[in-house]
Amino acid sequence: MAKLTIDGVEVEVADGTTILNAARQIGGELVPPAMCYYSSLKETGGKCRVCLVKVAQGSGKDPRPMPKLVASCRTPVADGMVVQNLTSPEVLEARKGVVEFLLLNHPLDCPICDQAGECDLQNLAYEHGASTTRYEEDRRTFEKIDIGDKIKLHMTRCILCYRCTFVADQLTNNRVHGVLGRGDKSEISTYIQKAVDNDFSGNMIDVCPVGALTDKTFRFKSRVWFTKPMDAHRSCTKCSGKVVLWMKGDDVLRVSARKDQYGEVKEYICNECRFDHKSVGDWTVEGPRHIDRHSVISQNHYEKIDLQKLKKEVERQLEFQKGKPLPESNPLLNS
Amino acid sequence: MLTNRSKVVVKKEMNFWERMYLPAILSGVVITIKHLLRRKATIKFPEQKREISKVWRGQHVLKRDEHGAERCTACGLCAVACPAEAITMTAAERKKGDEGLFREEKYASVYEINMLRCIFCGLCEEACPKEAIFLTDRIVSTDYERHGFIYGKDKLVEAVDKRIDVTVRQTPEVLEFKKHKLLSHNR
Repeated sequence: MAKLTIDGVEVEVADGTTILNAARQIGGELVPPAMCYYSSLKETGGKCRVCLVKVAQGSGKDPRPMPKLVASCRTPVADGMVVQNLTSPEVLEARKGVVEFLLLNHPLDCPICDQAGECDLQNLAYEHGASTTRYEEDRRTFEKIDIGDKIKLHMTRCILCYRCTFVADQLTNNRVHGVLGRGDKSEISTYIQKAVDNDFSGNMIDVCPVGALTDKTFRFKSRVWFTKPMDAHRSCTKCSGKVVLWMKGDDVLRVSARKDQYGEVKEYICNECRFDHKSVGDWTVEGPRHIDRHSVISQNHYEKIDLQKLKKEVERQLEFQKGKPLPESNPLLNS
Repeated sequence: MLTNRSKVVVKKEMNFWERMYLPAILSGVVITIKHLLRRKATIKFPEQKREISKVWRGQHVLKRDEHGAERCTACGLCAVACPAEAITMTAAERKKGDEGLFREEKYASVYEINMLRCIFCGLCEEACPKEAIFLTDRIVSTDYERHGFIYGKDKLVEAVDKRIDVTVRQTPEVLEFKKHKLLSHNR
């Protein structure tokens, strides 16, 4: 076990845990954002640099600070480590720069994009980025590609997080797409436009943090905030069958896997559940899905609150804050 | 007592002067004549129009761009901003060959504003990222039927040859914002 401090909050985690996961055990605002790390996919992380944190003290034995900001999703904890995230202006400045880099080639076609409203990059840019860019050159452009008949790839929107290739590697038995080219020229592509038709290939839509991979059956059907997300399940031989139905009236517009609070899927669903069952009759509806109240999707969305659970969560947060000062409000964001 | 203007009604017998009838009638006629000579509070509407404010918010218009293509891309921000929930829309994908009709690859195949619900607050205009919807100085006309107030694209989109001027609605701040080269906003 290792004891470390993140933004003044002490936490004890198992050896080998990354700083990001240690922060997630505390929860709340001090968790660094992540665009490429995905807890349920192995080997992800270290690419987007959004989760950079400052290690002010390497460990109890060697209290020197780490020379540069480190990617918290890839750095294991050490006993006595002191980590600064929101409390370090250096980290916030760096994160702002990273967001600017991620947005360099992003087309910002949010009014058209189906991901708008549930896009990680949108949230990240809103919370950490500047509202202008200094980039004056033309953005790179690509033709839209259909990979299979159910998935559309907008390479222009891609931030090269590599999550979808890890899905192909780890969930399907035959990878037919990957990243071609290098640097600015790199792009997600299938080998000679080969269709992706594996049973679990649809999960690349859910893991994509931006609108690069989108569901063709939902294409331009509705903006997500006009749909009502409902938890539902069915018995499926291939997967757990636990999904979210995105409904408008009695129509099921889209089926997706259930994402946790960090936007990560824990139980992947098969393509049959995702694409072939677009009727409420096929599903056992459990009730409205919990949507964070800060999300635009939560408007006109009513759900039953589990008061016991809420009370427990508040008590847990208070426990951590007891006797410890709250992280200072973010100086860069207020300016 | 709520106001000091209320009077207690006393039902007493009228005296001789009051019973004479004519003086009361005459004083009534005087009041009528006085009102006849006064300036009228109303105007003869369709022929005569009252002066309205420069920033008057009347019937909406869906603008076309300089090439005549519809600017609206059915992003839904106006509908989500609308406090009266008066706006509904259905999006569709632009087909090949329709580039001159619609500016972006997605467009609104149905766009409806319920003018009975609309409160003319102008939030849709403020939310629009594409400079597509504006409120104009036109007054929404009356109708006998409710369904006549649901304005579809036929009534909202401006005609190609009869553009509706919205320059008054574009404040110096808006123009400055549009001029900003770094914002890909209005490309």
